[in-house]
Amino acid sequence: MTFTQDQWVALLPILAVAGTAVAVMIAIAIRRNHWWNATLCVAGLNATLFWVLVVFYNYDGPQQITPLLIVDGYALFYYALVLVLTLATATLSHAYLEGHRGHKEEHYVLLSVAALGALVLASSNHFASFFLGLEILSVPLYAMVAYVWKDARSLEAGVKYLILSAAASAFLLFGMALVYSQVGTLAFGEMGARLGQTEGFGNAYLLAGASMILVAVGFKLSLVPFHLWTPDVYEGAPAPVGAFLATVSKVAVFVVLLRWFVQGRGGEMAALTDALAAIAFVSILVGNVLALFQTNIKRLLAYSSIAHLGYLLVALIASGEFAVEAVGVYLITYSVTVLGAFGVVALMSSPRGERDADNLYDYRGLFWRRPLLVAILTPMMLSLAGIPITAGFIGKFYVIAAGIDAGLWWLIAAVVLGSAIGLYYYLRVVVTMFMQDPERLKFDAPMHWAQQVGGVMVLLLTLLMFVLGIYPAPIIELIRLAGLPAA
Amino acid sequence: MTDPIILVWLIAIPFIGGLLSWIGELAGGITYPRWIALGTMVLVLFLSIWLWLSGDYSMSGIAVPGAEPQWALEFQAPWIERFGISVHLGLDGLSMLLIVLTNLLGLMAVACSWKEIGRYVGFFHLNLLWNLGGVVAVFLALDLFLFFFFWEMMLVPMYFLIAIWGHNAPGGKGRIYAATKFFIFTQASGLLMLLAILGIVWVTHQATGAWSFDYEVLLKTEMSDEVQYLLMLGFFVAFMVKLPVVPFHSWLPDAHSQAPTAGSVDLAGILLKTAAYGLMRFGLPLFPEASASFAPVAMWLGCVGIVYGAFMTFSQNDVKRLVAYSSVSHMGFVLIGIYAGTEAALQGAVITMIAHGISAGALFILCGEVYERLHTRDLREMGGLWSRFPYLPPIVMFFCLAALGLPGLGNFVGEFLVLIGTWNVDKSVTIVAATGLIFAAVYSLMMIQRAFHGPAKSDEKLEDLNRREVATVMSLMALLLWLGVYPQPVLDTSAAAMQALHVLYAAAGGGP
Repeated sequence: MTFTQDQWVALLPILAVAGTAVAVMIAIAIRRNHWWNATLCVAGLNATLFWVLVVFYNYDGPQQITPLLIVDGYALFYYALVLVLTLATATLSHAYLEGHRGHKEEHYVLLSVAALGALVLASSNHFASFFLGLEILSVPLYAMVAYVWKDARSLEAGVKYLILSAAASAFLLFGMALVYSQVGTLAFGEMGARLGQTEGFGNAYLLAGASMILVAVGFKLSLVPFHLWTPDVYEGAPAPVGAFLATVSKVAVFVVLLRWFVQGRGGEMAALTDALAAIAFVSILVGNVLALFQTNIKRLLAYSSIAHLGYLLVALIASGEFAVEAVGVYLITYSVTVLGAFGVVALMSSPRGERDADNLYDYRGLFWRRPLLVAILTPMMLSLAGIPITAGFIGKFYVIAAGIDAGLWWLIAAVVLGSAIGLYYYLRVVVTMFMQDPERLKFDAPMHWAQQVGGVMVLLLTLLMFVLGIYPAPIIELIRLAGLPAA
Repeated sequence: MTDPIILVWLIAIPFIGGLLSWIGELAGGITYPRWIALGTMVLVLFLSIWLWLSGDYSMSGIAVPGAEPQWALEFQAPWIERFGISVHLGLDGLSMLLIVLTNLLGLMAVACSWKEIGRYVGFFHLNLLWNLGGVVAVFLALDLFLFFFFWEMMLVPMYFLIAIWGHNAPGGKGRIYAATKFFIFTQASGLLMLLAILGIVWVTHQATGAWSFDYEVLLKTEMSDEVQYLLMLGFFVAFMVKLPVVPFHSWLPDAHSQAPTAGSVDLAGILLKTAAYGLMRFGLPLFPEASASFAPVAMWLGCVGIVYGAFMTFSQNDVKRLVAYSSVSHMGFVLIGIYAGTEAALQGAVITMIAHGISAGALFILCGEVYERLHTRDLREMGGLWSRFPYLPPIVMFFCLAALGLPGLGNFVGEFLVLIGTWNVDKSVTIVAATGLIFAAVYSLMMIQRAFHGPAKSDEKLEDLNRREVATVMSLMALLLWLGVYPQPVLDTSAAAMQALHVLYAAAGGGP
């Protein structure tokens, strides 16, 4: 198969990220140096991001590259998002790993490979590339979660994630096989077309297959009842990896799910959307209620992410005029916020000690010691709670608007109730930081954290979060440009 | 004609001033924030008074059926065009009065925290001023998205004011509990309002195909009766929690008893009024028919609030809780006045809002001053205070008399007008509401008796009010007296808006 020049141009981001991974690996073999290996990785990702923006700016129609990948506005937009999130994770990792005693550099290889998987997912319109992308994304993540392997919790989390993830992959494969047996194609577009011709939406094998795919996706997105791994893995994973798990891996999976729903017409299987509605409902409630009882900020963020993915599902189920736009807005606002929150945790922690600074108690009185750090985490918490002037409010606004548009009253009730419950535990984090100093300070961000790249990055995220919250018009326009045409 | 950009400055100046206060503390020390905040509030107060004196308030922002709202000043700039959201601000008599009240009490709040707040002064003033800025924005916003935006946003600084600088009154559940309760009550009810706002926007979208959150567009929305009723309830719940109306009032005594003085002044004097304003500006005009059919329920809720609030007031030992419960009682009059919908009742509600803002604000300031000297707010620990300082007790008595509705002071005018205006609408409501005046006399005098008379606990003289404190309360006394003796300028300012509201409401079947 020969590619045209346009196809090469469109494929370049994926190639470049793959190249970055190889280059970093070789660089490590030549000379092991944390700073310059990390810089190489960041440079590669930045160059890719720049290229994606150039292509997006000059965008003139989608490029199908082999039946597996499509590079359209939608894919390019999420390329950019994934790359930005990965870059942020890389800078956080640099700050975090400085104190790590083992090998630091391989982390960046793993990170680039995982980003590659996310890019593949963003442009996948075929079940084969869906599966490949998911595995490319997941396999490095096992290693990243267990990266600080001398910490038992980290190792345990890695193994747990590995085993459960493998089970989910098995479900995914079996589901795809069942779907293929009924439809005879793995490509989204063709699948949608064939489903439209026959009355295939109610076919029992098809539904069974689709449900199994849903189980796998539910696992990756940590939706109830497939969420059990989430708090343990978030808690055990190093904070920057937690950030990556909570953002990039969720974004990528959601993006391909949405594409399947719109272009593969998966969203038109009534039984499937009913099941999803039930999942969304319980995810919102269970996530929020369980978060109430957490005293560990990483576990709290894990449960809160379960609830937030539930909100996202509401937008997905709404599927009307809004769905793609609402999902896009929510993904961005949520990722920026969660990344900021994890960023603060990462800056507070370092694997130098025996554990991350993830106990709420470690944050007591932080305001009187590190006002700037609190000035970041507080808005992030308020944004997760969806208070106006933060980005989270715009996201929640979109979800509720999409829900009303589609008349999903039960789910909206769940969103409202969940938000009300959510306020309590987000506020608890905020209030903790303003309480009096504990007698001894176990954790403290390094004195000049703001001078570090990680600190600057988190500050930028906060700024971005406020911009999204106060003047969201440009990003909305951008997301509308990157719309997803129905098949 | 004044440049309408001044409306933006009314909102922006407190926000900028707040930031400067914080920077002032970081850069210079704790005296700077106080002066910066004071200067900011003086500036916006003068700005708003100047606007009041120079503007023409014969037009109404509440439109009678078939007419467009007319604003004394109007500002509009695009914001989120995707949904037809704009920064749309408008000023009419009603909002003008409430803005002057906000800035006046804001100034008092800064003044009364001069000594009380000793920790993190810059951050305190940042929160206080941002809250005030948010309230002013609520009074000006004409875009429902913008309105909601500030409606929710202004709660965050209030939350911090209570949670960080609040008291842990003995026997109470603590300031963090109070702050969280306040925040969850108001936010959760706010979400219902967001649903209702999106609902009305969606109905408009279905009809016209265009998105708009603009007040003037949404006023023209045609809705079926059921939809209108549902959406009206969404707004009403949010306003009911904030006003507050029994049974959604339970956050208020907790919040007040733990809040610092400035927070209480802000809460009772200003924040509660945003709910009444919301009903007048949005609740009734957007859903006139539904509101008219809901009116009996609302008025009886008001009665329940008046009587229940009064009884609860009577049984309090904590002075601040006492004043807080009396607010519940007084706000019942406002609710009745609004839903009675006659011109007299509406005007009475406006005057009650202003007078209660001043009198309750002053009482909270005085509570704070008593607390600074006695280090207790428990009535059982007081007694005989009259012999221990000469000036404070008579001043407290003045404001108590105002609160109980003594003729010649502002509260009397307001409550009297409400009762007169309601008589022709519903006689039994009026009768029950009128008992509130008697109960008010009982609990106010009881409080004076318990705090100031009887045997003194100690002969030690207490430090009396200093010049700053006397100036603060004397100016409030003068205003209350002015409002009681010559309320005409205030009535004139809000007349056009209230007249229009009355016509609109009567056309929908409300009122007598």
